Amino acid sequence: MSVVTVQLGQCGNQVGQELFDVISSDAQDGQRKTYSSVSRERFFRQTSQGDFEARAVLVDMEPKVINHSMNRAAKSGRWRYAEASHFSQKQGSGNNWANGFRVLGPRHRDAVEELVRREVEHCDVLAGFIPMMSVAGGTGSGVGTFVTQCLRDVYPSSFVLNHLTWPYGTGEVIVQNYNSVLTLAHLYQLSDALLVHENDAVHRICSQQLNLKQISFGDLNRVIAHQLAGVLQPALTPDSCGAYSGNPLGELVSALACHPEYKLLSACSIPQMASASIAFSTFSWPALLKHLRQMLIANTKMEEGIDWQVRPPPASAGRTSSLTAGGFNASLANLLILRGKDVYSAETGGFEDPAIYTSWLPPAEALSLWKSPVPFDKYEKSATLVSNSQALLRPLDDMVRKAWNMFASRAYIHQYVKFGISEEDFLDSFTSLEQVISSYAQLQC
Amino acid sequence: MTQSVVVQVGQCGNQVGCRFWDLALREHAHVNKRGLYDEALSSFFRNVDLRKSDGGDCCVGGRIQHLKARAVLIDMEEGVVNGILQGPLREVFDSTQLLTDVSGSGNNWAVGHLTYGSAYREAIVNKLRKAAEHCDCLQCFFLIHSMGGGTGSGLGTRVLSLLEEEFPDVCRIVTAMYPSAEDDVITSPYNSVLAMRELTEHADCVLPVENQSLVDIVNKISVMSHGAKPGSVLRKDSTVTSGQGSLSPTEKPFDAMNNIVANLLLNITSSARFEGSLNMDLNEIAMNLVPFPRLHYLVPSLTPLYTLADVNIPTRRLRPSLPFVSWNQEGWKTGLCSVPPVGHSHSLLALANNTCVKPTFMELRDRFTKLYRKKAHLHHYLDVDGMEQSIFSESLSSLSELIDEYHQLDATKARLIPDAPRLSIAR
Repeated sequence: MSVVTVQLGQCGNQVGQELFDVISSDAQDGQRKTYSSVSRERFFRQTSQGDFEARAVLVDMEPKVINHSMNRAAKSGRWRYAEASHFSQKQGSGNNWANGFRVLGPRHRDAVEELVRREVEHCDVLAGFIPMMSVAGGTGSGVGTFVTQCLRDVYPSSFVLNHLTWPYGTGEVIVQNYNSVLTLAHLYQLSDALLVHENDAVHRICSQQLNLKQISFGDLNRVIAHQLAGVLQPALTPDSCGAYSGNPLGELVSALACHPEYKLLSACSIPQMASASIAFSTFSWPALLKHLRQMLIANTKMEEGIDWQVRPPPASAGRTSSLTAGGFNASLANLLILRGKDVYSAETGGFEDPAIYTSWLPPAEALSLWKSPVPFDKYEKSATLVSNSQALLRPLDDMVRKAWNMFASRAYIHQYVKFGISEEDFLDSFTSLEQVISSYAQLQC
Repeated sequence: MTQSVVVQVGQCGNQVGCRFWDLALREHAHVNKRGLYDEALSSFFRNVDLRKSDGGDCCVGGRIQHLKARAVLIDMEEGVVNGILQGPLREVFDSTQLLTDVSGSGNNWAVGHLTYGSAYREAIVNKLRKAAEHCDCLQCFFLIHSMGGGTGSGLGTRVLSLLEEEFPDVCRIVTAMYPSAEDDVITSPYNSVLAMRELTEHADCVLPVENQSLVDIVNKISVMSHGAKPGSVLRKDSTVTSGQGSLSPTEKPFDAMNNIVANLLLNITSSARFEGSLNMDLNEIAMNLVPFPRLHYLVPSLTPLYTLADVNIPTRRLRPSLPFVSWNQEGWKTGLCSVPPVGHSHSLLALANNTCVKPTFMELRDRFTKLYRKKAHLHHYLDVDGMEQSIFSESLSSLSELIDEYHQLDATKARLIPDAPRLSIAR
């Protein structure tokens, strides 16, 4: 079953290119023929000359990034983007969500839908869509939201999993909080689930875990791509009866996004180290899983500096006034994906502990386990955890708070009104997100 | 890739513009090794094959035949423009891009704005249209003029309103040169205030440049070069400080100052012309830096100016020392471009929408009021057809309102503003 990726805006196109790169090199390493062929079928199609072309549609309102990504892909020698799979304009969206959503999206709707349709036709069976975008700018966020809406309209029974990159808390774009609020509020209605990476968290991984000194966006994108590939590469699921799952997006969504108010997913993976160190390290499943579990409940994305003091609160604790009780991250549902040697003997009981889940889902329902005996991306053993938990609650609350303060002074509002978004629209979006925040804050065990 | 058109008006505007074109050619020559007419070049230049019968523009990708600047040069006296046409840049402009007259505006805003503005309206609109038609995707008009004179300030602001009428969707960025207190034109305060009102109402962004600051910078540079401290490296061939290595063999008096402004323009557009890991288009400048429509005065600063300063200062380190408004605590917009300017490995351009412009505007208002109270020189203006005293008073009140708006923002500086109460959701 094949997945069609729609790369939107600068971030979406840069991360997407890194993602296909990781997937193609992972599929290539070695002897695992079924794994490779499932992975290739899922993400690439083969031309008559035997070249692998990504099942991707590239959309941006200015041409530089798409050109750059397509060139980089072609240089890899292993895969490339199809010549006619991209759409760009001359002039960007100006960091303006309203421009992207109300003007540019509708204007270019037909062209983009046509590209998607052609890509879908190349799929024997369509597993779903992954729109990839940032929420801070104008194209990824505005045009991306519009395109997600179109996908919903044209393919109502397909799964849509949006991958979102949240910006650094301290300014890449001044109006990033407005753009983020508008995007998230709309996507919550349109998408099946939102898988989020935050630049701040990924930056910490790069500096403290990987010990990189000058961290570029390329470094961030590679970490994100590694984690995403860890989720999307073939795995054996409970439903797939001994073969690699043919419905990865559907199974992920039904495992994790079981309630329409709870759609925010985050990922973390272990181990994460500089590739030069991998050869000198040994891994054991008990150690990996113990660290991963603590990373989940202490809400940290790295093995470095885990706070081992954080524990699930005692059952008698009752409601607290802070967003999360004592720094503890309550989960709604978890998907644990184990890859590599000895997966079948890995002991995952720690993730079935009812104490880490909210009370209204039994842990047997809340935890899903996928396995693949094939080592992933050079790691002999690796695990990826996709959680629907309170992990994104604080960043979301910060985002809404800053946007609300700015809105209170009506700063920059004239720039959005110019393109057809009213103050009412802003208020609606704020209301939706306050609802989401409230729902997640109530997830105490 | 988008194109921009530069409209230079008056003596100052044309002199600065001239330096800009010189630098732009140098920068592209440095980067463009293969002589191909690429996207970056096309943002400011057309490639013309003079042998083609339709006077033909060539498309991107071919060899460079003949570069023509995307510019319109306007001046009401011929000296400066003629100088350009006889200088080394003559090949870069053709006669259809120029508009000149003979007698000048006599340092009188009303003559520039009303008399010449009406007389030449058709011609100006035609030339602007022509320049716009040559563009595939026109993103921005850069208007360059001084505030203290007659043509630049009067006719320049008239051109600004024409641009708003004829091309409402195209961004208008104005680089305005403000006179220093010792300006030799007595009526420069009148001209400046009258022009300010136009800028406040019709421009998308204004980059105010004070002559006094430019003089200070240039003086500092020459002090550094003559009495340099050991260990500090002065880049003699830096494009910022000197025109050495440029086309003209001798440096004229204002050249060093104009160079700085020209570098500013070059840096602003660099991310739109060259690639980088975090691109920034010109329309993003207006979007991010203009929270309220009238407060669009962006103070530029540029480094390095004269030393190999360490430009690797991430914005996160600057943050604690700068007081931001309460609703925009991390109000930074960042752009990263991979191509450095000629002669440097890095450079940093900062545009700040900052209440520090308030004192400048207040001084301007004071100088204006000193003359206006006595009605000094007023008759020169009122004698012009179409000029009325109400225009003076309206311009003054526009400036006062602007100063007040900045003042209100300043007043919030020391106060601790609590977060606005959030919407509460029924459980």
